Amino acid sequence: MSQTSAAPVAPTAEVPSIPLREIAPWALFFGLLGLLILFFISADQGAISIPSGNAIHEWVHDGRHLLGYPCH
Amino acid sequence: MTARAFLVRGLLIGLLSGFATFLVAHQVGEPHVETAIALEEAASADDPTATETAHSHDDEGTTVSRQHQRTWGLLTGSLAVGVAVGGLVALVAASVVGRIGRLSPGQSTALVSLIGFVSVALVPFLKYPATPPAVGSGDTIGDRTSYYFGFVLISVAFAAFSSLLAIRLLDEIGTYGAVLASAGVYVVAVVVAGRMMPTVNEIGDFPADVLWYFRRASLLTLATLWAVIGIGLTGLIGRLHRHERGLADRRELAASL
Repeated sequence: MSQTSAAPVAPTAEVPSIPLREIAPWALFFGLLGLLILFFISADQGAISIPSGNAIHEWVHDGRHLLGYPCH
Repeated sequence: MTARAFLVRGLLIGLLSGFATFLVAHQVGEPHVETAIALEEAASADDPTATETAHSHDDEGTTVSRQHQRTWGLLTGSLAVGVAVGGLVALVAASVVGRIGRLSPGQSTALVSLIGFVSVALVPFLKYPATPPAVGSGDTIGDRTSYYFGFVLISVAFAAFSSLLAIRLLDEIGTYGAVLASAGVYVVAVVVAGRMMPTVNEIGDFPADVLWYFRRASLLTLATLWAVIGIGLTGLIGRLHRHERGLADRRELAASL
């Protein structure tokens, strides 16, 4: 940014940025959704169980081991 | 460039990455999972006091057959994690585009993916590596889960802090110094945190070679997940940027006529 006075050899296109106000709702909603998915795949029915039982744990068991999440 | 454009590409690439992750996990990882389970069954067969005969938690209810666990179950997990990570990487990439020095959208997306892989997958793996079935007691799963996610949280928080620091320092001390200083801050922080957090060692007499094969396969699985997302999204965002710049150039040309 400090070198804007130097004459550019080729016309450098300004890199666009996205206003954070525009991203915030997407980030909030999909951020929470993404974390929820990661929770169900990685940790549910190990330490905490929602719903109770172990169907989810059993079903994604191998993925849990191979993706590096704590399991037993 | 819009948040939507990033997110759609991230979700698509995430899905693709989920398939690739499944293939690698199934081909490279599953043989060692099977070996570990066979060892566990052999151990519990030798021990007359053990009541558990297979690696299932059937005292708790549902039992899924190994056949399903290593195919459809693994695919479900891979796809869900792929799409979630793809979407999250895309949203972070959308937030930082045009805000990291003079990096182009493709370059900043690649950087976000690389930092994501190191801070979310690689560094936590170095402290709390993946364990095959038969390693890890059911009684400590609560502790192990909170250590693992606690360390992920610390690692990601310091990665974000270091990245912001680098952007701040960029104008003052240049790229080399800024990257060196912020990477140094991150490394020191995670090393100190890693030293302070408890070590988990429940290996017992599990064979070292199977453990290493499993962990290597697990790391390869994680690397596949992040590599497909990073490379794919970088390519798509780069293409989107070139396309939009082409449109803007043509519009400018048309306006000047």
